[in-house]
Formats: sequence, C-alpha cells, structure tokens
Amino acid sequence: MPSDLVHLYMRIDHLPQIWCPGCGNGVIMRDVAVAIDELIHDEDNPIKREDIVIVSGIGCSSRAAGYLDFNSIHTTHGRAIAFATGIKMANPRLHVIVLTGDGDCSAIGGNHLIHAARRNLGLTVICFNNDIYGMTGGQYSPTTPNGDKATTAPYGNVDRPFDIAQLASGAGASFSARGDIYHARETIEIIKQAILHKGFSLVDVYSICPTYYGRKNKKGDAVEMLKWQRDNLVPTARYYSMSEEDRKNKKLVGILSFNDYPEYTEEYAKIVAACRKTKKG
Amino acid sequence: MYGRKKLVIEPAWCKGCGICAAFCPKQVLEIRKEKVVLRDEEQCISCGLCELRCPDYAIYLVNEEE
Repeated sequence: MPSDLVHLYMRIDHLPQIWCPGCGNGVIMRDVAVAIDELIHDEDNPIKREDIVIVSGIGCSSRAAGYLDFNSIHTTHGRAIAFATGIKMANPRLHVIVLTGDGDCSAIGGNHLIHAARRNLGLTVICFNNDIYGMTGGQYSPTTPNGDKATTAPYGNVDRPFDIAQLASGAGASFSARGDIYHARETIEIIKQAILHKGFSLVDVYSICPTYYGRKNKKGDAVEMLKWQRDNLVPTARYYSMSEEDRKNKKLVGILSFNDYPEYTEEYAKIVAACRKTKKG
Repeated sequence: MYGRKKLVIEPAWCKGCGICAAFCPKQVLEIRKEKVVLRDEEQCISCGLCELRCPDYAIYLVNEEE
C-alpha cells in the first residue's frame, strides 16, 4: 500500500518506477505531485485537477508523464514544448506542465524552449537536469560541466555547459528558477509559484544520476551526490545573507528572475477580439 | 506532531539507495540486505524527511489512527 499522495496522483499499476536506485527523478516527480496537491487544496488560489495537463518528451525524466495520473501526453524527442504550445493555444484555461530533461529541453528541444520563453507563453517547464543523457547510456549533454567525463567524452568534456535557468531568462521567460533534490521542500514551493505564474515559467531542477554521471566522474553514490547538493547549493534566503566570500563556488537555488511581461495567449485573444470587432463594424 | 504519525516501509518498492538513512536526523534507519529497515521506532520523530527525499516512494508517514 503506497502513501495517499502516490495513490491519488500516480498510476499505481506502473509503479515502482524503473529509474535506477538513487535517481533523483523520483524526487522531482514527487515534488510536482505535492505542489499540485497543495495548489488544489489552496483556498486562495485553487486550481482544478482536470485543468492540469502533463506533457513530456523523451528521456529518463519524460517517463514521469506516464507515472503521473493527470491528463498527460508523452511526445517525441525535444518536442514537448511544441505539443504543449498547441494544447495551451487551444485551451488557455489549462495549466500545462512540461516535464523534460536537460537534453530534451536544451539540446533537441532547445529551439522550442527559447521561442516559448520569448513569446512568454503560459507554460510551466520543469527540467529534470541530471547533467547527462541517462537513458541512452551516459553521453554528455549541454549541461555536462566542462572537463567532466561521459561515454562520449572519455577524456573530459570540451564544451562549456548551459545554465538552463539563465538561458530561459535571457530568452525572455518571465519566471525562471532553480531547484534541487536535497532542498525538496524549497523546490516544491518554487514549483507551486511557477504553476501559478501567468507567463512562461521554467524551473531547472538539479537531479542526480549516480549510475552514469556519478560513476563516470567518481562523484560517489546517490548519498554522496546529495551531500554535494547540500554543501554547494544554497536556497535564496540563506544565499543573500551570506558574505561575498562565502558565496564563492556556491550556487543559488531559488527564483532568478520574475517579470510581468504580457502573456501570449492573452495577447492573441486580444487580436482575435479586435479583428471580430472590425469585421462586425 | 510528535508521535502522531507512524512510519511505513514498502520493502518491495525500496531499491536500497540509502538516501533516507543517510539524511535521517535521528539516524534510526539503516539499509540491510539492500532494503531499508526502521532500527529504532521509539527514536523516530516522524519528521518526514525520508518521505520527502525517497525517489521510490517506499517510505512514508501515515496518521496513527489509520
């Protein structure tokens, strides 16, 4: 008998999930379920379960759309945001949540990401960022740190990595944030805010891949990788109370940028309304 | 909240990654034969940190009366 949360929001017959022991994806998927549950029961901002749509692409992370028991669609590689765009345009009332991985989101689907961000289309993108292509056997991805090893970078990665949260923010996303596995409670709060945000919101959640990234780079097991997150990632409140000296080599997890740019479907509806008026007149 | 919630373990879902045991503030969990076990129920403070970080949903709290 799994917990009430799992019973309510996941497809039990598909569980236990097939992710490796210690994989961070399960924690992020639970964070999303908890965030949705708390929003459904929030008297100030209630959202309806039937208005939630989960869209995913391809990759380890994207299996989450199969496990989560909502209106869900598991799409082609990199195209989750493209499918989500169609869903949101057809019915702007829906809360469309894209669950994607670092490769799916920033390599194969990189173009969709930057243009959805530029349009400020009201989607929520949760990126399960584990720094590697796990499902296909540990090839380096656009977020693999420079110098780290992967099956396709046996002597170290030459590329410099993307910072997906900053990439989205630079492309015009009105909400961009980072989360991680260790600080799960903080990440749940960020995901809640991202879902409630009207424009394009992206949460880059640092996952862990002990099987490929951890093993190739001698980062230890899941526990060691989580200890690294505990010691090197700092939630907003603590980060801003630290001295510049202490902040060196630490990374902020929290909301990086927040704007109230006009949302795409609303602007589109205005055009439609204006055209109808002209026609009648 | 002390003592009002009970810890439940689902061994069939546990993959033995050890995250719950490593970050348990009271160190009451341990991994035996690749599965988590509650070593000392008396010392568990029902904080729920194990449930929060278990990737496999194999450990969780339930209300005592259930």
